[in-house]
Amino acid sequence: MLQVDSEQVHNFKNRILQLSDVDVTRCIQCGKCSAGCPVAPDMEEMPNQIMRYIQLNLKEKALTSPMVWVCASCVTCSARCPEGVNIARVMNVLRRLCIEEGYQPGQEQVNAFNSLFFDNIKKYGRIYELGLIVQYNMKMMTPFKDIGLFPDMVRKGKISLLPHRIKDIGSIRELFQKSKRFIKG
Amino acid sequence: MTESSHHEKIELLTLSEVADVKGFVGNFDITIKTNPRYVNMSKCTGCGECITKCPSKVLSETDMGLGMRKAIFKPFSQAVPNVPVIDAEHCIFFIKGKCKTCEKFCPAGAIDYEQKETIRTEKFGAIIVTTGYSMFDISKYGEYGAGKYKDVITGLQLERMLDPNGPTGGHLVRPSDGKEIKNIVFVQCVGSRDEEKGMPYCSKICCMYTAKQAILLKDHFPETQSVIFYIDIRATGKNYEEFILRAQRNYGVIYIRGRVSKIDNLGDKLLVYGADTLLGEVVKMEADLVVLASAMIANPDAQNLARKLNIPYDTYGFYTEVHPKLQPVESITRGIFIAGACTFPKDIPDSVMMGSAAAAKTCALFAADELTVEPKLADVNIQKCVGCFNCIGVCPFEAIQKDVVGGRSVAKVIKTLCQGCGNCASTCRAGAIDVKGFTDDAVYAQISASFDEIEEREEHVAG
Repeated sequence: MLQVDSEQVHNFKNRILQLSDVDVTRCIQCGKCSAGCPVAPDMEEMPNQIMRYIQLNLKEKALTSPMVWVCASCVTCSARCPEGVNIARVMNVLRRLCIEEGYQPGQEQVNAFNSLFFDNIKKYGRIYELGLIVQYNMKMMTPFKDIGLFPDMVRKGKISLLPHRIKDIGSIRELFQKSKRFIKG
Repeated sequence: MTESSHHEKIELLTLSEVADVKGFVGNFDITIKTNPRYVNMSKCTGCGECITKCPSKVLSETDMGLGMRKAIFKPFSQAVPNVPVIDAEHCIFFIKGKCKTCEKFCPAGAIDYEQKETIRTEKFGAIIVTTGYSMFDISKYGEYGAGKYKDVITGLQLERMLDPNGPTGGHLVRPSDGKEIKNIVFVQCVGSRDEEKGMPYCSKICCMYTAKQAILLKDHFPETQSVIFYIDIRATGKNYEEFILRAQRNYGVIYIRGRVSKIDNLGDKLLVYGADTLLGEVVKMEADLVVLASAMIANPDAQNLARKLNIPYDTYGFYTEVHPKLQPVESITRGIFIAGACTFPKDIPDSVMMGSAAAAKTCALFAADELTVEPKLADVNIQKCVGCFNCIGVCPFEAIQKDVVGGRSVAKVIKTLCQGCGNCASTCRAGAIDVKGFTDDAVYAQISASFDEIEEREEHVAG
């Protein structure tokens, strides 16, 4: 049962407004974002419900929702919203808040992949695919999951065995330094 | 209202009711019963001394039972005329035979206990009926604690509380203990859109007045928070949708889509159980005050008047217009117009439109030197009429009268009243009445001609 507390009801909404410059109050719950969302059909919650959580100050619900992390940031929702609510940006802010406030992403895999992905970028400036797959599968305790694909992919030149580092790795690291100011921890 | 009371061509008859109506368009004889006021209108200066001195207190109808009024009172502060009236049912003098406090203190000597009701008959050309509406009795909703919890009130009661001249002097305090109010829950559709306990129709005005009250509350009492439970928001009017959005966006009013199921008492607070159907979850919240948007219903007394005026009404008691789209202000009887919420729940702009339309229709009616009537009228052949007058009993418009022609009693049709329904024509045993253009012979000829045509076609096919 949801407990709506009249005195606190605007808190989370105002925080989101502060962080993203998006006023979620504007959402009229028409569901157009959810209808067009490519990942919503596979999820238990829909983007409009995430907006509703924010409207009713249900912070816990919003920050623990897997939807926030499965969101592909395709921005279809924002492009189609009749009220001009930038839903994709709100999702981004929610992910940031998740990390800031120590909420684990809704699914373990998401968290694992996310951190490995950024480690790769930091190291090479791009993805070292083989390394990422191996590391991810090790972390997920399924080391041989994708092994069957390996010979074919090598033969066809779809995957390289060694990592490639981009030329200007310094500016990528600089980017990470800069963004540290926004993301704690 | 004040303006109309001063208008040279308007006579305002207060405390009066229509006792009987006879006649037809342009010639209505209306019997008016005027109830005694017990105050001489020409002497009274409206000083209000009698009201302050009157010892008898009663629950005020205007304040919806939230405040008290005296037995001599003005219904509300801007009442027209500005003259008090004595409520004989609660006046100590009328009950016990002594008191007369008001008479003692009246500086103008205007109190007159001897006034009696008067009855007079006057001629009028047209009638505009605007009997308004009444409110649904919320005490049918036991699950909302309506009638049990003092802090569960109706929208109109809140309206009274917000009035500076109202029972709380415009202060927002709980009716139960006079404490301050922080959290207000509004419940929409109480008695409307409910086929089990209330009315199946949409009461139309509640979405907008609830939003208005929530905005007003935030404006006057910024520390309050309003939450509105609704089924749909029906804001179909000029700038209405924008108004609702303004309540949500600029005034922080929380809208929750779902009906409230139950209201409980929790200490000195109320606990509201509802659902957010957009999330698919049940919702529980605390409130200091719950405001129920009770439905507009037909004025229960309007049916009596409808019978006197021959105005049909629907199952809810709302008056029926001739045509809901093309003749919305006309009743089936010519010269009688209907306007405002007596036909269906409607808001102020709609009522003003309807009232103006009815006034314009009346002016148009009076402006013409002659009345045009539909040619489809009943016509009596006085040679055939035997004077049984069965036709008078079946005419729904009272359009047939007895007439004497050459010493014989015969039926006579009043052309302005007849609507050409044909009841009399089919009842007349002597075959003396026909609807013009639809004589029996003409109808029979049409029927046999159509059969001939069918026969011819069949012969043609067979041949």
